[in-house]
Amino acid sequence: MDTTDALALPKTHYLNAEYGIKSWLLTTDHKRIAILYLVSITVFFAVGALFAGLIRFELLTPPGDVVSDDTYNKLFTMHGIVMIFLFLIPSIPAVFGNFLVPMMIGARDLAFPKINLLSWYVYVAGAIFTLVAIMAGGVDTGWTFYTPFSTTASNSNVLTAAIGVFIAGFSSILTGLNFIVTIHRMRAPGMTWMKMPLFLWATYATALINVLGTPVLAITLLLVAVERAFHLGIFNPAYGGDPLLFQHLFWFYSHPAVYIMILPSMGVVSELIAAFTRHRVFGYKVVAFSSLAIAVFGFLVWGHHMFVAGISMYSAMIFSVLSFLVAIPSAIKVFNWTATLYKGSIALEAPMLYALGFIGLFTIGGLTGLFVATLGVDVHVTDTYFVVAHFHYIMVGGALMGYLGAMHYWWPKITGRLYSEVWGKLAALTVFLGFNLTFFPQFVLGYLGMPRRYHAYPPEFQALNVLSTAGATILGIGYLMPMAYLLLSLKYGKPAGPNPWRATGLEWQTPSPPPTFNFDRTPIVTKPAYSYESEEVELG
Amino acid sequence: MWPRLFPVFPDRASTMATRVDALFFFLIGVSAFFVVLIATLIVYFGFRYRRRRRGEIGREVHAGYTLEVLWTAVPLMLTMVMFFWGANVYFSMGSPPPETLDVYVVAKQWMFKFQQPAGQREIGELHVPAGRNVKLTMTSEDVIHDLYVPAFRVKADILPGRYTTIWFNATKPGTYHFFCAEYCGTKHSGMTGQVVVMEPADYQAWLAGGSGEGSMASAGEKLFQDLGCITCHRADGQGRGPNLQGLYGRPVNLSDGTTVMADDAYVRESILNPAAKIAAGFQPIMPTFQGVVSEEQVLQLIEYVKSLASAQPPPQPQQERPGPRPGETGLARPPSGPIPKTTEPVRKPPK
Repeated sequence: MDTTDALALPKTHYLNAEYGIKSWLLTTDHKRIAILYLVSITVFFAVGALFAGLIRFELLTPPGDVVSDDTYNKLFTMHGIVMIFLFLIPSIPAVFGNFLVPMMIGARDLAFPKINLLSWYVYVAGAIFTLVAIMAGGVDTGWTFYTPFSTTASNSNVLTAAIGVFIAGFSSILTGLNFIVTIHRMRAPGMTWMKMPLFLWATYATALINVLGTPVLAITLLLVAVERAFHLGIFNPAYGGDPLLFQHLFWFYSHPAVYIMILPSMGVVSELIAAFTRHRVFGYKVVAFSSLAIAVFGFLVWGHHMFVAGISMYSAMIFSVLSFLVAIPSAIKVFNWTATLYKGSIALEAPMLYALGFIGLFTIGGLTGLFVATLGVDVHVTDTYFVVAHFHYIMVGGALMGYLGAMHYWWPKITGRLYSEVWGKLAALTVFLGFNLTFFPQFVLGYLGMPRRYHAYPPEFQALNVLSTAGATILGIGYLMPMAYLLLSLKYGKPAGPNPWRATGLEWQTPSPPPTFNFDRTPIVTKPAYSYESEEVELG
Repeated sequence: MWPRLFPVFPDRASTMATRVDALFFFLIGVSAFFVVLIATLIVYFGFRYRRRRRGEIGREVHAGYTLEVLWTAVPLMLTMVMFFWGANVYFSMGSPPPETLDVYVVAKQWMFKFQQPAGQREIGELHVPAGRNVKLTMTSEDVIHDLYVPAFRVKADILPGRYTTIWFNATKPGTYHFFCAEYCGTKHSGMTGQVVVMEPADYQAWLAGGSGEGSMASAGEKLFQDLGCITCHRADGQGRGPNLQGLYGRPVNLSDGTTVMADDAYVRESILNPAAKIAAGFQPIMPTFQGVVSEEQVLQLIEYVKSLASAQPPPQPQQERPGPRPGETGLARPPSGPIPKTTEPVRKPPK
């Protein structure tokens, strides 16, 4: 890291402009709202991780001996609901999108600051319902709420949890709307679409999915509630409904939701690779448009979750070929990031380690996606640990690595302070190793035939499960480390100065932490993103 | 000893398993190539182009479109190979051969109930002969389940209210796990069992030692009489309902002018929801048997109707028009021409 001596924090900035709990709970400053989100999703990440830890502990031995089968089913259900709806979906957009979208386009705030605050309250309301469902005894339907189990057979708190997810969805819709309008209407003079940082393209594509897809999830959960409460025949054949209808509706949102989780991470990685190679991202336009392509095609592949569910053979083939097509833009991105390294000036700082880790894990996650898109192989591996490993490589190896990379890259901007670089690198390596040890054995388990959502399993699966649990322990340590040194940096960290990484981008041209209205004067943009070759920033 | 303690590859015990594994190894090969390629490039570039002094910037790279076209086209071609190969295997999985041993599966929380056509019932265990095509016709009494036999590489969801099928040809006698692979509630992970694949002679011996309650078809025939079906569905074609002789496996003309294949799903629907599809020339007067017959009894009735498939349909009075012409007139009749492609032999109860 390029350190510059004798930097001091600016006298007034968004963090100390006002004091008191009211100044936070009633703020309309996008940066403060980002912090509100950061704190709340960190709490839920910890809750979800605790559930995961208990699951891995139970799976250490073949018989179900740590918790009861009912408790186990509730653990994996709540792990999924909390991690997906309360952590991953809001994570990068709600924290870094909120903080960075206005700063990256040179604006003073988002288009609708009050709606932005409302979205956080809506999120909290949804989260409270989910917490109540947990406290009241949990839910045991799986995060997928498959009917007719969820509408008839389950005697757990399905309605409360569904209402929680329903409400939290409106928070994503509001945030998405805000980003779309802001990016369209509030770019600084000269900031054309093709000059925008790639993070904005990814955020924009994600916002589109949020706005178009989330209402379908809301409707679906509403129908589940109606059938459960009033026994109206929608999904349950006993009342004249169709159980597959639920799966179609659910995956119509929940497959694009995977892209809601991974696209922002791809945007982050583009920023990190550019900053730590001091290079324009190779094939900028292709990377930008591939985000939009993923967002659009992502809506056409939901049926690949249903290859063994009883859909027609021919519709399965259509969904299979479309799933292969949606893999192409992702492959192109990986090649472009790798090509950006060529002749770059590569600095392996902590954020860059996360970015490179992302590329490695996302490559494995993406390639195993081809296995499950291949009809003949999917029949064998679907609903096994192969699929569990695959989507964790995408959602943890991909989305979470991007989130941690973003956290380390923009932490000095958000807080004005530097964290310990040594600890940062060490944590990145720990997370990478722990992650692979946790989830790689699960690919093998899955091909061996171990089904997912199993509380007890035959003894021949034990050795690989022990490896996986050992990995999860290391991974857990890897997550605790940043919590410690990032928090310590708030007190002991050296002031970062406006641009500790010597990176391009408008967010680095204002003090750290930024003033409440981001820029003293509206910046005028003349160069495309990542113009290192003609950089005016002093490169130290 | 080592492979038992730490297995890394599943048993391969069906004809389909070999085909799935071949495709799997192809995918592994392609994936390994790209993982090694990307990892090597990252490590090499990371070292070769490491930042050597503060303030250094990346050097400009001028590349044409060749590279980008190449890394779009090559993955596209590879994925299309995967698609066609995978679709081919999947198509075989979804197309049972014409001659199969039909076993019926009724799933409920949290068990699988099997019944062989010869009448044997089992729970949690399924005996099948090696080297013969076996088709499982499955339905659920409550929520969605899924029958998964890893050693055969086959799996299908089991839904309430409809039939799904799996077929396999087991190659190696032995005992193999099966699992419920669709989460179905509290004891989901207890909803397991084993397929026992036997030499054909052993299987015959096993059948002979069976319960002796008669074949599924004969149980179905008894139900057919007890429930009074026979009063309308008369074998002489003079009843209030369609004659079921020679019906199964042939197209049926419906009163709305469309045609439907008389398969398991059609027979099931006609028993439980008779008004859904009315055979041309008949009145919708049949009462529903929903709640009267269990899923198992429906399957026995289907086996009975199936056993009548080889019987000749009774001669029709007027035969000017041989083949069915769906949608042509409202006066269409049940098919009159003998057009069965495969005739199932009447299954005899074991001695």
